Amino acid sequence: MSKLAGKTITLAHGAGGKAMRELIDEVFVKGFANPELANLEDQARFDLTELIAQGNRLALTTDSYVVDPLFFPGGDIGKLAVTGTVNDLAMSGAVPLYLTCGMILEEGFAIDELIKIVASMKATADATGVKIVTGDTKVVHKGAVDKCFINTAGVGVIPAHIQIAATQAQVGDKIIINGFIGDHGAAIVDARGELALESSILSDCQPLHDLVQTMLKVCPQIHCLRDATRGGVATVLNEFAQSSQVGIKLQHSVIPVRDEVRGMCEILGLDPLYLANEGKLVAVVPPEYADLLLAAMRAHPAGLASAIIGEVQATPKARVLLNTGFGGERLLDMLVGEQLPRIC
Amino acid sequence: MCLGIPGQISTITNAACYLAKVNIGGVLREVNITCIAEEGTELQDLVGAWVLVHVGFALSRIDEDEAQRTLQILAELGELQVELDAIQALGVSA
Amino acid sequence: MKFVDEFRDSEKALILRQAIHHIAQILEPCLQRPWQIMEFCGGHTHTIFRYGIEQMLPDCIELVHGPGCPVCVLPMGRVDDCVAIAENPQVIFTTFGDAMRVPGSQKSLLQARAEGADIRMVYSPMDALALAKKHPEREVVFFALGFETTMPSTALTVLQAEREGIKNFSLFCNHITTAPTIKAVLDEPDLMLDGFLAPGHVAMVIGLEPFQFIVRDYHKPLTITGFEPLDILQALWMLLQQFAENRCGVENQYARVVQTQGNTTALKAIHQVFATRDFFELRGLGSIDQAGVGMRPEYAFFDAEQKFKVKNLTMTDPQDCQCGAVVKGLIKPWECQIFGKRCTPENPMGALMVSSEGACAAYYNHGYGRDAA
Repeated sequence: MSKLAGKTITLAHGAGGKAMRELIDEVFVKGFANPELANLEDQARFDLTELIAQGNRLALTTDSYVVDPLFFPGGDIGKLAVTGTVNDLAMSGAVPLYLTCGMILEEGFAIDELIKIVASMKATADATGVKIVTGDTKVVHKGAVDKCFINTAGVGVIPAHIQIAATQAQVGDKIIINGFIGDHGAAIVDARGELALESSILSDCQPLHDLVQTMLKVCPQIHCLRDATRGGVATVLNEFAQSSQVGIKLQHSVIPVRDEVRGMCEILGLDPLYLANEGKLVAVVPPEYADLLLAAMRAHPAGLASAIIGEVQATPKARVLLNTGFGGERLLDMLVGEQLPRIC
Repeated sequence: MCLGIPGQISTITNAACYLAKVNIGGVLREVNITCIAEEGTELQDLVGAWVLVHVGFALSRIDEDEAQRTLQILAELGELQVELDAIQALGVSA
Repeated sequence: MKFVDEFRDSEKALILRQAIHHIAQILEPCLQRPWQIMEFCGGHTHTIFRYGIEQMLPDCIELVHGPGCPVCVLPMGRVDDCVAIAENPQVIFTTFGDAMRVPGSQKSLLQARAEGADIRMVYSPMDALALAKKHPEREVVFFALGFETTMPSTALTVLQAEREGIKNFSLFCNHITTAPTIKAVLDEPDLMLDGFLAPGHVAMVIGLEPFQFIVRDYHKPLTITGFEPLDILQALWMLLQQFAENRCGVENQYARVVQTQGNTTALKAIHQVFATRDFFELRGLGSIDQAGVGMRPEYAFFDAEQKFKVKNLTMTDPQDCQCGAVVKGLIKPWECQIFGKRCTPENPMGALMVSSEGACAAYYNHGYGRDAA
């Protein structure tokens, strides 16, 4: 039981004095439990020879997490802050190694919730094999942020032979996704409760680095790889089509969508192809590897419902087309703004 | 406009206010059923009924027989086309 | 999903496609020009684009995408009134999501929210009433828009508020009526329409009778149509049969949902709360007699228009905007001089670019005519 249980964050916890030291010791050092962090130096330090042994390039990324609500079915902001950054590293083929953790806390935020969030970050980091090695905490006046915002940066090492880039899609390549789309976006709509819908949809929030390593063993020449977060699968595919100057054609009927997510989309007039995911990747792969990859992905816990959903063609350049299954096709464009429920 | 979606009434949640939980593709939403409640019948009898929901209001009971009839017409049309194609093929080969 | 998936079956769609092509082949030699068939409702437009239905049709059928998108035809002056109400610090302004982006002469509700107005998206007017109960110290205004389909929900919500004696809830009523809007289209002198796919969910509420004038006075056949792709294809096939047999009637493709008399409970609630306005302005179409309803004097207490004394100014649409000609089928969206140039979904100038159900936005978003523009 922490000394700080039942207390709330005050401006003193960010003021650099004893209260801040107590918060760091009680919540972060205890919670993350790493020797690197316990040193309480202003920076984490790494042995380069160890890193060089694993590859020839560093991958470095950063992302901020502001999800509302902080706890949602299938995850919480802490889990998300680890998996999101791990996934951004993993999409380069990198093995993720170290994370930083910057927290901006609102005055009045319950320390018990913070402890839960830190515990979730630690559990996710352990399960993922990454270490949270340095951090920062700021406290701001009530209303200046919403409860708790987290930034994590991550470092990983890319093995020498891996060359993944959004510019590399080639005509004939197949598009593979690792499972049901839209779960996170639908779970968040549900968890916010504003639209008074009840479902058992869970966020798909999960680390993908191990799945990516499995895929790279089968096919080291994966051309493009990205996780389909905000803007959904449609947005990632548009990015690939534009970067590679190719056309992408999807088959609507084979895109995996859970019944409940579909139900929610039907009620609100939303399109699951634009809903956010937090554990889905889209891969563009040479056609001769597609079936092998699909089998390997389906044998991995993070890819049980993987599917080949389309292919790359020469035209129309920089566009994504969706075969409607009715003999027609339509353009799948980038979203203009946020997707708003279409009701009347 | 007028996005409407079929759902099935799962429970009556507040009979006085004509509110029911409706299951739409596995998602539950409280829906006002005033417009499909008939005078003299128990609301409880509506459990299991399929309704068309628009902005949280059930506006029609879906007629299963009519839905079947529509699909039946299409099935028969399909059979007719197969027969017609067969006749045409015969005509060409003869 | 029952009653959804069966009506999205692609094999049955091919059967209907073949049946439509069959009739078209027989009649085509006698045609002077392609048939123009208007789907009035934005929901139909959405399905047509989502499933690529236009590409399944023979060249002798042209679909004209009508003005039945209440978000699109909302005049700028009314959006300005919404913003003015929403910016009152006492107010929680509640709205359906798709109305948030509609531009007013100064700003949209989305922009007003960014500037600090308390604007909340709700799924149902009932949810707005629940907010009023939760925040008795604030005035909760619901932005009531939509054709007859949506009217029962707002009328019943007002009646509920009255029963419960809730004092801090009101409607900003912008409901519009289908028949006068269709009549305005039909009265266009250059019109070439041959028939209608009529809005199934409006008919679910008002029944078939209010559509009879289209047949009686204008001699245009029509089919009351559902919203799944098979519904639309079957309705087109039914309409073609009317053309072939020289019949002109009101036919009901959507019998699983639409009853001849409509929904009497819903109609009763509508008539209890709302009364026809002498005229109402629709964006792109101008002022139309009896095209809207307002709240009856007995319910003035729930009328945001009276509570907040809105200005109700008419704002003229941008001059080179040709939405009116598009919704009447006189030109195609991409033939408008500003389509895809100064008027895009990012920066809509005209009504039809505003909502994803507007004809211009649908064409633009699905890639049609964009390379030409």
